[in-house]
Amino acid sequence: MTGPQIAFLIISALTVASALLVVTGRNLVRSALWLVVTLFMVAAVFTTLEANFMAVVQIVVYIGAIAILILFAVMLTRKVMNETQPQTNSNWWMGAIVSGVIFVGILLMILSVDMPMRPADDVSGQIVGLGNAFVSPDAFILPFEVASVLLIAALIGGIAIAMPREEES
Amino acid sequence: MIPLEWYLILSAVIFCIGLYGVLARRNAIAIMMCLELMMTSITINLVAFWRYGNVIDLSGQVFAVIVFAVAAAEATVGLALAISIYRNRDTIVANDLNLLKW
Repeated sequence: MTGPQIAFLIISALTVASALLVVTGRNLVRSALWLVVTLFMVAAVFTTLEANFMAVVQIVVYIGAIAILILFAVMLTRKVMNETQPQTNSNWWMGAIVSGVIFVGILLMILSVDMPMRPADDVSGQIVGLGNAFVSPDAFILPFEVASVLLIAALIGGIAIAMPREEES
Repeated sequence: MIPLEWYLILSAVIFCIGLYGVLARRNAIAIMMCLELMMTSITINLVAFWRYGNVIDLSGQVFAVIVFAVAAAEATVGLALAISIYRNRDTIVANDLNLLKW
């Protein structure tokens, strides 16, 4: 066991524990805060992969935008479900079986494939490469622009759906 | 050196926890949170394969950034729908939203 391996095991144990608390928590606000912890730990996993840009984007986009949006939605719909009601539906055991079977399948698939890949030693210049790849016509400018259009469409759609109607206001 | 399999197994564990949450939770916003868990587990896979493959080819990271954008769009529209449903029907319990169910 080397140092990075121990660090990875600690990070992944914290990730899995907080993900379990997100799924099983009775209090939705606490679930949302555990979701923030999980996403932060995933950012830590990205730093173990030396993908620093992805770690920062994870924190800014997921924690800064999505988790805060979810917290606001939880607080705006607060009084619907209190903690005494059951938080899972009557078919939760079927969901557990399905996800368990899928996990065993993925695990067998991962273990059956021999992966001889080794991480590259030098990952410097990745941010420059990423910036160039996003605007270069030979690389990924089309997906990048499509993602921009998707975001603006989601923005307009979110406003249009959530806006109160005239007669209600 | 951390084996690639560890990253894939971590990603699979988070994905299946999120899948269980999507199938079992009653609250629509809790289902949305579990969807975010599933999406973020996918980006771990993409970035890990980038790191252990050809690092000059940045497809893995580009793909992960696109997944971020899709997750943000999904959260926006999904939560707007949840708030709109809450305003109209005073519930966000997924079992009660059976208007389209025969």
